[in-house]
Amino acid sequence: MSLNIIVCIKQVPHPEHFSRITLDPIRQTISREGIPAVINPPDLHALEEALRIREEFSGKVTAISMGPPQAKCALEEALAIGADDAVLLCDKSFAGADTLATAYSLACGIKKLGRFGLILCGNETIDSGTGQVGPQLAEFLDIPHVTSVIQIAFEQGSSLIVKQALEEGYMKVRVKLPAMLAVAKGINQPRLPTVWAIMEAGSKEMQIWGASDIGATQDMIGLEGSPTHVTGIFERDTTRRREILEGPPRQIAKKAVNRLHELITT
Amino acid sequence: MNEVWVIAEQRVGKLMNVSFELLGKGTELARQLKVGLAAVLLGDRVRALTRQLVCYGADRVYVGEDPRLRFYQSEVYADLVAKLVDTHKPGIVLIGATSIGRDLAPRIAAKLKTGLTAHCVELRIVNEDTEKPQLVQVVPGWGGNLMVNIACPVRRPQIATVSPGVMTKCDWEEREGEIITLAVDVQQELRVETLEMVHEESTGAALEEAEVVVAGGWGLLSAGGFELVEELAKVLGGAVAGTRPAVDSGWIPEHRMVGQSGKTVSPKLFISVGASGAPQFTAGFLKAKVVLAIDQNPNAPIFDVADIGLVGDLCDILPCLVTELKETGLRS
Repeated sequence: MSLNIIVCIKQVPHPEHFSRITLDPIRQTISREGIPAVINPPDLHALEEALRIREEFSGKVTAISMGPPQAKCALEEALAIGADDAVLLCDKSFAGADTLATAYSLACGIKKLGRFGLILCGNETIDSGTGQVGPQLAEFLDIPHVTSVIQIAFEQGSSLIVKQALEEGYMKVRVKLPAMLAVAKGINQPRLPTVWAIMEAGSKEMQIWGASDIGATQDMIGLEGSPTHVTGIFERDTTRRREILEGPPRQIAKKAVNRLHELITT
Repeated sequence: MNEVWVIAEQRVGKLMNVSFELLGKGTELARQLKVGLAAVLLGDRVRALTRQLVCYGADRVYVGEDPRLRFYQSEVYADLVAKLVDTHKPGIVLIGATSIGRDLAPRIAAKLKTGLTAHCVELRIVNEDTEKPQLVQVVPGWGGNLMVNIACPVRRPQIATVSPGVMTKCDWEEREGEIITLAVDVQQELRVETLEMVHEESTGAALEEAEVVVAGGWGLLSAGGFELVEELAKVLGGAVAGTRPAVDSGWIPEHRMVGQSGKTVSPKLFISVGASGAPQFTAGFLKAKVVLAIDQNPNAPIFDVADIGLVGDLCDILPCLVTELKETGLRS
């Protein structure tokens, strides 16, 4: 069996630098200047799973991303890790997309890529964390989806048995191919690119497609195609008392318990 | 303005607490909009559960029953809800951000080509006296450092998911509601089918429902591990939780992680032990009534989001705190 697998990847700001993302209070814009970007960590698990399936069955792994020109770096990394080719959907008119518009754009790009058996993505991104694009993409492509996937097994014929993690336990789900699976961290341990793979990656192909290349309808993409809009950004209001107690441990523990008692019962 | 809806969730015949919490919020929104509050419930032989939904606030419950709906089935559930929404046109739809709710909500939103906002920590109505009242959906962004207001100005319904533990359920009230039976036709061959649901009991008190949560972080490494946190939780009758580094160190399982990518908790008392206070972590207990933070670094940002801060060596302070609590207790 040969399987074409598509892995969706998002470039995100490095999570260790989130506290450096600040708000310009007057312009109401976000400053992320100088913050390094990485592949969304859960997406690495999706890529790893795709590579393992390719190693078992043969086929091709294509990485796809939508983003600004610098998102090329994320796809180059995916190629270095082992993807066969990559596509960047990049166009000014994609900007400002919410999850629905993003899913639609990715669906247009994937349709242009042609036949595929499986789409894999990370269960959620670490910057916005909605986990919505995967299932929405599946709806646009009219294929089934499963999220929080922690195990994939192939059945006879063209179906999979997957484990979908729940808060306490899991569900065993049978899904027919072609399908979209959003994988959770526990599914595997992602590999690192080897020196050889990094060298080889330079010769691999990366396509860059704009909105007209993928036949996307203008009113379905970018800000215009997004039903949700950001209407305000503000710094989190913590409004806690901030009563700091310092001193001998026994003394401050006693003081704290008394104070807690007062606060909880009022 | 059209109704407010809650998509209720049951697992093996038991309603999830988040459904009641959403009805609590839904009651408030519906009252403000002067519209009705309805719940949708799907499953196999789940009619008896409708009473709970009514007594927690639903004026009306749409119930769909079929043996094939016993487990969550993503395609069938999404189809049924989307068709129902399309027929009755509610203005707002609330869905619990559980693993199943997060699987279902985006599929429904994509079918309806409308907006969906994930993990809302606050929901409120603006322009309620105009023709198009808006639901302001507040979500933590970029690790919880910033808060973002999101609106779905044109398309309807406005769909939002809310994590368990964020909203508050109403008091149980004996009341009557309208129960409407849905025609469920699951003839189609399912492309995706849940075959089995395996329950794995987790040990200890459920995080979201605990009145006291004690969470440990990286600072416990030098303090010799998690035993001190467990002891403190035990004397308070609370649940043990932790930060991302505590999970990565193998001290607690992933489902006990508090924070933006973990659980949201709103206990009466939240105690943070040895956590520096990364926004990804502190976003998980925004609505705790009282926060106590203990850390050895007096400059740790955790103290900015605490009501009471104890500065000092964890190995010294925690045993004193446990002794003190054993002697005096805390419960009123």
